[in-house]
Amino acid sequence: MSQPEPPARAQFWKSIVRHPAPRERRGRVAVMLGNFLLHLHPVAIPKQALRLQYTWCMGGIAAFLFLLETITGVLLMFYYRPTVEWAYRDMLDLRDVVSLSLLRDLHRWGAHAMVVTVVLHMVRVFLTGSYKSPREFNWVIGVLLLTLTLLLSFTGYLLPWDQKSIWPVTVASNMAGAAPLVGAEGPGHQWLDAGAARGLDPKTLLLGAPSVGEETLNRFYVLHCVAVPLLAGLLTAVHFWRVRKDGISRPL
Amino acid sequence: MESTAQLAIANMARPLGWFYLAVCAMNLLAAWRAGRTILLHKAGGKKGTGSVAQVDSATGETSSPRCLSPFFRLGWLRALAWLLLAAVFGLLAARSLMGSPPTVPEAIKILLDRVIGARSIWLGSLGLLLAVWLGRRWCVVPAVAWMALNASWLLLGASLTDPQFSALVLAPDSVPIVGMVYLLAFFLWLAMRQAVENDRREETLPPLQSQAPEKVLVWPDLVYIELICMILVTALLLLCARWFPTPLEQPANAALTPNPAKAPWYFVGLQELLVYADAWLVGVVVPCAIVLGLMAIPYLDFNPQKNGCYTIRRRRFATAAFLFGFLMLWVVPILIGTFVRGPNWSDFGPYEVRDAGRLATVHGATLSQWFWTGLLGRPLPQAGGAGWARLGQIVWRESASLAVLASYFLILPAVLGGTVLRTFRCRMGRGRYALMVVLLLLVVLLPLKMILRWSFDLSYLVSIPEWSLNL
Repeated sequence: MSQPEPPARAQFWKSIVRHPAPRERRGRVAVMLGNFLLHLHPVAIPKQALRLQYTWCMGGIAAFLFLLETITGVLLMFYYRPTVEWAYRDMLDLRDVVSLSLLRDLHRWGAHAMVVTVVLHMVRVFLTGSYKSPREFNWVIGVLLLTLTLLLSFTGYLLPWDQKSIWPVTVASNMAGAAPLVGAEGPGHQWLDAGAARGLDPKTLLLGAPSVGEETLNRFYVLHCVAVPLLAGLLTAVHFWRVRKDGISRPL
Repeated sequence: MESTAQLAIANMARPLGWFYLAVCAMNLLAAWRAGRTILLHKAGGKKGTGSVAQVDSATGETSSPRCLSPFFRLGWLRALAWLLLAAVFGLLAARSLMGSPPTVPEAIKILLDRVIGARSIWLGSLGLLLAVWLGRRWCVVPAVAWMALNASWLLLGASLTDPQFSALVLAPDSVPIVGMVYLLAFFLWLAMRQAVENDRREETLPPLQSQAPEKVLVWPDLVYIELICMILVTALLLLCARWFPTPLEQPANAALTPNPAKAPWYFVGLQELLVYADAWLVGVVVPCAIVLGLMAIPYLDFNPQKNGCYTIRRRRFATAAFLFGFLMLWVVPILIGTFVRGPNWSDFGPYEVRDAGRLATVHGATLSQWFWTGLLGRPLPQAGGAGWARLGQIVWRESASLAVLASYFLILPAVLGGTVLRTFRCRMGRGRYALMVVLLLLVVLLPLKMILRWSFDLSYLVSIPEWSLNL
C-alpha cells in the first residue's frame, strides 16, 4: 500500500516551515530548534530569565533597535547621496518632496534609544555581576559593541550635512588630533612629526582630510552604512551565541 | 521680553495640560494600587513588619522597613495621599488647558539661576549620590521614590513655561538626555531596591532571583515578551518621532562656527571635562582607559560570589566604583555640558538668557608657579638652552610637580597596597593590582583636578608648553 499523497497546500507549507504547529510541548520545542530566526534562543530557560525586574529586557531591545536602524537606514539610503553637493539637498527632498521624514525621525530616535539601551544593558549586567566567570569574554565583546554603537551614532551625525552635523563632528574629532606623539597637536608631536603633513595623525585618518569636508562625508558614509554595521552584526552574533551557550546568569 | 514669556506660556499651555493629566492619571493608578493592597490584606494596619520583609504575592511589593513612620506602613494613608496628589495635578491640568499653566515664582528662578553652575551641579550630584547610597533603605521604599518623581514632574512642568528653560530642555539633542535621566533614575532605583531586598534577606532566605529554579519553554513565554517589547518600543519611538521631529539646520558652513559648538550628546561629558584637563588626556587617554578598563573589569574582579543577583553588601567596592565612574564622570558632565554651559562655555542658570557676552573663566596657576614663586619666592626658572641642557632645565623647573605626580602614580599605590587595599593586593597579585590601581587613580585624577581648579584655581599639575604637555 502506498503512502497517501499529501495535499499540495500541506506540502507547500511544510517546505517552508518544518516544525509542527507550536500548540503542544513537542511543537514548541521543535519551533525553537527548526526556525532560523528563533534558534538564537535556547529551547527552555530558567524562569528568572523572564523576570523583567531582573533583565530589564535592555539587551533584547538594543538588538531590536539595531534591526530597526538597519531597516530604516537602508530605506534612507535610497534617497541619499553622500556628496557635499547633494547630501543637504537630499535631506530637504526627503522632508519636503518624498515626505518620508518620519523615516528619518525614526532612525534618529532609534539611534538615541540604542545608545541609552546599550548603556542600561551594561549597567544591569554590571550590577548583577553577570560578567563573572564564565561570561568574562562576553562582557569584553559587549564593551566593543558599546564603542561600535557610539561610533555608528557618531558617523551618522555627519550625514545630513547641516550645521548640526559638521560642528559636533569637528569638536569631537579635534580631540583625536590631541593624541600623544602621533596627533598633530598632541604632547610631543614635535618629536615624531607624524602629524598632518604626512596625514598619519588620528584626526586626519578619521576625517580623511585636515578638516571636515568631502572626504570625511564619504568616509563616514562608508563607515556608517557598511563597515561598522557589518562588524557590529558579526560581534552581535558572537555575543548572542555565547549568551545562548552560557545561559543567563543566576545566583550561585 | 514680556511678550516672549507670554508666548512661551501660551505655546506650552496645551501640551502641559496633557502632561499634568497624564501625571494625574498615574497618581490615580498609584492610589488604586495602594488601596488594593489594603483590600487584599483586610484591615489597613498590617503591623507585622519583622526583620524579614514580606513579599506581597499579588503586587510583588515588599513592606517597608520597620522604623519608617506610619505613612509608609499604612496603605490607606498612602492611597489618600496619592488621591490628593491626583487632585492637585488634575487642577493644574485644568488650569493649563484653560491657558494659564502654573509657573515658577520669579524669586525661585533668580535663586536657582544664581546657585546652579558646573561646580554646584557636580558637587550637589555627588552629595545626592552619597545620600542615596547611605540612605538606600529609605530610598527604595516605593512611596518615597514616587513622591520624588512627582516633585520632579511638578518642577519640570512649571519650569517649561519659562522660554529659556523650555528652549534648553526641548532642544533636539536635549530631549534624549532628559529621557535618559528618567530612565536611568528608574532603573538604578529598581536595581537598588532588589539589592537592598537581597541584602536584607541574605541570612535567612535565598536571593530574589533564585526563587524560581524551574525552567520554562521559550515558546511561548519568552517569545511573546519579546514580541510585546518590540511593539511597545516601536510605538514609543513613533510617538517620539511624531512629537520631537528631527531638525534640519542651515547647510554646513565651515566658516560659521556656532557658539558654543557642542559635541554629540554622549561625548558632551568629555567636552565638559576639557575645562579641567587638556584634550590629550580627556579626549584620548581617558576614553582609551575607559574602554580598556571596562574590558578589564571581569579579570580584575576577583570576587566570584554574587553572580546573577542584585546586591550591594557583597560588592560594595565594585558597585561604588562603577557608579561613581559612570554617574559622576559620564552622566553628570553630560548634564552640565548640555544644560549649564552656554556661549563661550561659561555657566548659565536654567532660566537665564544665554547671551554671548559672558566670557569663559581664565586659566589659573600651575603647580610649578606655586612652588617657585609662591613657596620659594623666586622667579620660575627659564628653559632657554637646547638639547640635553633644555631637557634638564625643563625637568628642574617642573621638579616639584613631577615629584607630586610620581608620588601619586607610584608611591600611593604601594602605600594603599600596604594599608587600605591590602586584601586586594594579596588576592589579586602584583600585576592585576597595579592595573586596577592605575585605572582607579586615573578615574580619581579628573575629580581631583576639578576640585583643585574650583578651590585653588590651579589649572595644571604639570605644564610643559614646550612639548604641548599639560596635565
